[in-house]
Amino acid sequence: MNSLQTCLSLLVVLLVVTTSPSSLAQHETGADLLGGERAFRDYCANCHGPDGDLIGQVDLGHNNFRQPYSDEEIAGIIMNGIPNTPMPPTPRVTEEQAYMLVAYLRSLGERDDGALSGNVARGQTLYEGRGKCMDCHMINGRGSVLGPDLSSIALVRSAKELEQSLLEPDSEVQPGNRFYSVQTSNGEMVSGRLLNHDAFTVQMLDSNETLRSFEKSQLISFGFSNPDMPSLATGYTQQEIADLVAYLSTLRRGAAQ
Amino acid sequence: MKKNSVLLIVALLISKAGFSQVSFDDILSADNDANWLSYSQNLFNQRHSGLDQVNTGNVAELELQWVWQARSLEKFEATPLVVDGVLYTVQAPNDVIALDAGTGRIFWTYNHEPAPARTCCGRVNRGLAILGNTLFMGTVDGRLLAIDARSGNLIWNTEVADADALYSITMPPMVVEDKVYIGTAGGDLGIRGYVAAYDVTTGAEIWKTYTIPGPGEPGHESWSADSWQTGGAAIWNAGAYDQEANLVYWGTGNPAPDWDGRSRLGDNLYSDSVVAFDADTGEIKWHYQFTPHDEMDYDSTQVPVLVDRQWDGRLRKLMLWANRNGLMYVLDRVTGEFLHGKPYVNVNWMNGFDESGRPIRAPGMVPSVEGTLIRPHVHGAINWAPTAYSPKHDLYYVAHWEDSGILAIEGQFPQALGVNRRQTTMGDVALEPFLNNNEEARGVIRAYDPDTLDAVWEFDLGNITWGGVLTTDGDIVFGGGKDGYFVALDASSGELLWKANLGGQVNAAPMSYAVNGKQYIAIAAGTALFTFALPE
Repeated sequence: MNSLQTCLSLLVVLLVVTTSPSSLAQHETGADLLGGERAFRDYCANCHGPDGDLIGQVDLGHNNFRQPYSDEEIAGIIMNGIPNTPMPPTPRVTEEQAYMLVAYLRSLGERDDGALSGNVARGQTLYEGRGKCMDCHMINGRGSVLGPDLSSIALVRSAKELEQSLLEPDSEVQPGNRFYSVQTSNGEMVSGRLLNHDAFTVQMLDSNETLRSFEKSQLISFGFSNPDMPSLATGYTQQEIADLVAYLSTLRRGAAQ
Repeated sequence: MKKNSVLLIVALLISKAGFSQVSFDDILSADNDANWLSYSQNLFNQRHSGLDQVNTGNVAELELQWVWQARSLEKFEATPLVVDGVLYTVQAPNDVIALDAGTGRIFWTYNHEPAPARTCCGRVNRGLAILGNTLFMGTVDGRLLAIDARSGNLIWNTEVADADALYSITMPPMVVEDKVYIGTAGGDLGIRGYVAAYDVTTGAEIWKTYTIPGPGEPGHESWSADSWQTGGAAIWNAGAYDQEANLVYWGTGNPAPDWDGRSRLGDNLYSDSVVAFDADTGEIKWHYQFTPHDEMDYDSTQVPVLVDRQWDGRLRKLMLWANRNGLMYVLDRVTGEFLHGKPYVNVNWMNGFDESGRPIRAPGMVPSVEGTLIRPHVHGAINWAPTAYSPKHDLYYVAHWEDSGILAIEGQFPQALGVNRRQTTMGDVALEPFLNNNEEARGVIRAYDPDTLDAVWEFDLGNITWGGVLTTDGDIVFGGGKDGYFVALDASSGELLWKANLGGQVNAAPMSYAVNGKQYIAIAAGTALFTFALPE
C-alpha cells in the first residue's frame, strides 16, 4: 500500500467514525460493547432488569422490542424516550454512548451460547428439596435469613451471573454477604454473616440466625471466612443447574408491573 | 423483686443459645425486666422496670456507656425495644436500627424512604412493636411495615392510609395475639381518624374502626353538617390492652379545625376521648370524652396507664390519665365509669365536673375576638410524653408543664404570650436559652397519689419538658427536659440524686434493660441515644 492509499484509508475510517455513529452497531469493538454494557447497567437495568426483560412485552436481551426498530431509532429512543409512555428521556447519555448501547443490545440478540433451557418447576423442586437452598436463603418469607434473601434476585442478577454464583459461589461475594468466624475464650467457634466490625468489636448473624456481638479482646481468634455456600459444579447435572437458574430468574418481588 | 434474683434471671436469659422469639406471653409478662418488649415495657404502660441494680444508693455513680448518633435532624421521640441483648430503635422518620445493647454497635439498618407526606409536627416516629421475629413500624407516609428482626429484611408492607389525603403515622404499633394495631395521625389537617388491626403474618386488614361515627352510628349527631368527614380525632400515640376485658384502648386527638369550633357544633365525638375497642372486632365498647367540643387543641393522645388497685374498698381495674387539658383522671377501664378527676395544673377553662364526669365549662373561657387567656397552653399541661406508675410506691409520675397559658382568638391560631411565644414550636431538637420568669410556664416532674390525685412531691425542671418518665425497683424516677438535662430522682421524695447534661433536648421517654446481668438506662436527647450504667 502506498502512502496515498494509506491516507485515503485513514480518511475513510475517520469519516465513518466521526460522521456516522450508527455504524458502531455494525463495526463495534470490544471497548464499544463494554461501554454499552456499562451504560446498560447505569441507565437501563434499573427499570428493564439485568436481563432486559422486566417491562411488558419488551425483551431487550433478545432484541424483542415493541416493533422492529433501526439502530438510529433505538438510539433516539434511548436519548429522547417515548412520549406518553413510562420510557423517559435520558439526557445524560451521549449520542456515542447511545450507539454503544445499541451495539451491546444487538450483540445480546445475536448471542447463541448454547445454554440449556431450564424448567422453572423442576428448579423450584430442587431449590426446596435436594438443593437445601432454604437452609440458608429466604424467598418471600420462607427459608433462612443467614444468606442473601433471594426474593428479588432476578432484579439484580442476570441468568449468566446466577449460573456463575451456583458454580463458583466464592467468585463474587457482595460485601454484605461476607462471612466471619470467631473463637471465643471458652472455645466456642462461631461463624456467620458479617454485619459490622470495628477496631474493638464484631457483629454477625450466626448460623443459628442469632444476632451476636463480640469484644475482639475477649476472642482467641477472629477473621473472615468463606461462606458455607457449596458449589453445585459437582453433584448436579448441567440440566439441573439450568433448572435452578430458570427458577431463580423468576424471583422478582417488588418489580414494577 | 430482689436484685440478686433479677440478675440471675437476666443471666439465664442472656446465656440462652439462639435468638429467642418474642411470644405474646412475653409481652404481657410483668417479670421480663431484662427486656423491653413494647413501647412502655408492657401493655399496661406502667413504664416501671423491675430492675434494681441501679438504686438510690449508687445511682450517683452512673456512667455513660455508649452513644448512638442518628443520621437524622428530626426529633428523636422513639422508645427502643430490647430483646435478649439486641436494641431496636427508629431513626426518624422511618429507618429501623438494630444495635448491640451492650456496646451500641450496629447490627443492621433497614431504610424506608417515605413518599412525600405532610405531618403537623415533624417527620417523627415513637417506636416499634415486636412479635416472634418480626418488628412492626408505622411510617409517615401511611404504611405499616413488618421487618425481620434478625436480618432487617422487609417481610411485608401494607398501606394503612393515603398520605395524599393528609394521613400519616407516627405512633408505635401494638401487638395483641395475632394482630398488630395502628392508628392514623393527621387530625390537625382534617382527616377522619381511625384505628385498624392487621394480621401479623400477612399484613391483611382484620378490622378498621373510625373514631368519628358515620351516619346512623351513635355519636354522629355530635357533629354539625358534614364536619364529621374532616373532624380529625386522630390516634397517634401508644395504646393499651386488658386481656381479661379483651379491650384495646387509645386516646384520640383534637377535633378539626383545631382552634375554631364554629363549623363543627356539638361535642364532636370521639375526639379528645379515650375509646375502648373490642380487641377482636374493633367494636367500640365505651368511651369517655375528656374535652367536649374542644377549641384548644387538647389532644387526648396520652398513653393510657392501667392499674389494678383498691378503689372505694374493693380491687378495681383502673386507668390513670394525666390529660393535655390540665385535668387528671381515674376511670374504671372495664366500664369507662368516671371515678375521679381534678386539675393538676393551673386550669381556668372549667369549674368542676357534673355527676356524669363531664367537665363544666367556665363562663366566657372560649376564643374571643379580643383574645381570651386560657390555661393551660395549647401544647397542654402534658402533650404526648408517657407517664409512669410504680406498683412498689403506688405513685403516679408525670412530667408536665405548670402555669402555662395562651391567648385564644376567635378564628385564629392562638397567640402565645411573652417569651412563651417560643413554645409554639413543638419540641424542636435545638437547645435555646430559657428566659421565662416565675409566672410563665415551667417544667416539673411530680408524683401523684392515685387515690386523691394530689401531688406528693415535685421536682422543678426549670424549663418546660417534652420528655416522659421511667420508674424502677431501684426506687428511682428518671426524666428529662427541654434544657437537655437527664435526671434521677428519689421515687419517694423527688430528691435529685444524679444528673447528666446531654447537650440536646429530651423529646422521648427513658427505658431500662439488662445485658449479661448489667442494668442500663437509655434516653434519647437531641438526635442521639444515650445509655448509662454503673461502673464495672
